[in-house]
Amino acid sequence: MLNNITRRTFVALASSSIAIAATPSWALTQDEARKLVDSLVAKINSVIGSGKSEAAMIKEFQGIFRRYADVPIMAQYALGVDGRRASASQKRAFGKAFEIYIASKYGKRFREFVGSKVEVKSSRKINAGYEVKTKASLRGSAPFEVTFLVSSKSGKDLFFNMFIEGVNLLLTERTEIGALLDRNGGNFDKMIADLKKAG
Amino acid sequence: MSLSSSIKLFTKNVVLLSCTIIVAGCAANSGGSSDAIYDPNEDRNRKVHAFNVSLDKKFVRPVATEYSSILPDVVEDSISNFASNLGQPSILVNSVLQGDLHGASLSATRFLTNSILGVGGLFNTAEKLRLKEHDTDFGETLYKWGADEGEYVELPLLGPATVRSTTGIIVDLFTNPLSYMVNSPERYYGTLASTSAGLSTRGRYTSTIDSILYESADSYAQARIIYLQNRRFKLGDKGTAFSADDPYSDPYEDPYAQ
Repeated sequence: MLNNITRRTFVALASSSIAIAATPSWALTQDEARKLVDSLVAKINSVIGSGKSEAAMIKEFQGIFRRYADVPIMAQYALGVDGRRASASQKRAFGKAFEIYIASKYGKRFREFVGSKVEVKSSRKINAGYEVKTKASLRGSAPFEVTFLVSSKSGKDLFFNMFIEGVNLLLTERTEIGALLDRNGGNFDKMIADLKKAG
Repeated sequence: MSLSSSIKLFTKNVVLLSCTIIVAGCAANSGGSSDAIYDPNEDRNRKVHAFNVSLDKKFVRPVATEYSSILPDVVEDSISNFASNLGQPSILVNSVLQGDLHGASLSATRFLTNSILGVGGLFNTAEKLRLKEHDTDFGETLYKWGADEGEYVELPLLGPATVRSTTGIIVDLFTNPLSYMVNSPERYYGTLASTSAGLSTRGRYTSTIDSILYESADSYAQARIIYLQNRRFKLGDKGTAFSADDPYSDPYEDPYAQ
């Protein structure tokens, strides 16, 4: 009896202490979300200001995506409902191709911010974590809004979506991947091969 | 043309247009807004899109790239500034129609600052003085008045639009008070400057626009989703803009969800 209670108490205690220990890494604070975007923006600004060649910049942006973005969840979302049909190895191959595609495509976009400055403006709580708004100022045009959605649900503080003047990366890429899949008659392997050529 | 007859003509046109708009607004209402895409004339729109892409490939893109590379940035910026300054009175009129007096005062201040201190609008002095910019159009006025977005349309030359924004574009041709005050041929300077500013934008964002038109799997679908998201964002349309508060915006819940 005593033994039983002790064991139960032990299990309860152990699981609660695990919960407490786990809390900091799971619950992202507003401050942490802002800090992440601050450091991401600093990296982007330093690449934009480096004056390197396009190819070199895109390589750097790929590194930034790998470090700051939750690319696997983005890839899954972009695949959408069609993803349920894909085999595990197709999903893996798609994830890899998507990482390179997304980094070079959005790296090229960031590169057009040359001569501009990106700064963090505000942040607020949303379902998945936090929304951090930044402002990019460009020569000869009105400043525009770039928003990052940050979450720690992957186990790390990472951004999982980005909005440029309201244009949502995930939604836009889901449209693109869907079109790519349609063009290939719903064949995943052909679509992945096409994706490797794009971006 | 005397000032009083200009004003009379302007008022007459606004009244006339208001009647047209009420009809247009009702027509647009049949569309219905949601976060989804309403594009019942997709086949026709795709034909227009194909035309626009070929026009861009053969004419707009080469001219714009050339334009952007030949003209020094300073000259290019001046032309864009001039065109944008000429748009301010129209923004003012629309702000008033929306009951947005703050916006109206912002565009009035900007117009006066850039016209006087910015040498007829060639320099964007207001930006240098860090004056806030306000932008709106008759499409937004219609939105504020409660007209629905209506169906998605792709317009020849102008590209992606909705029925509501198209009505706005047509009305805005008439709501700019400047076109009633200025005699020809000066009134065409504005059109010329806007065209040049458009080329400038096409030239400067070559790679972004190219990536949509020439590098995507379905450029029609890409242009449509990007336009609708951006337009709804600019209108601040809570009903239709994709919101981060939306439960579906959390891909961690079910990334494969529709």
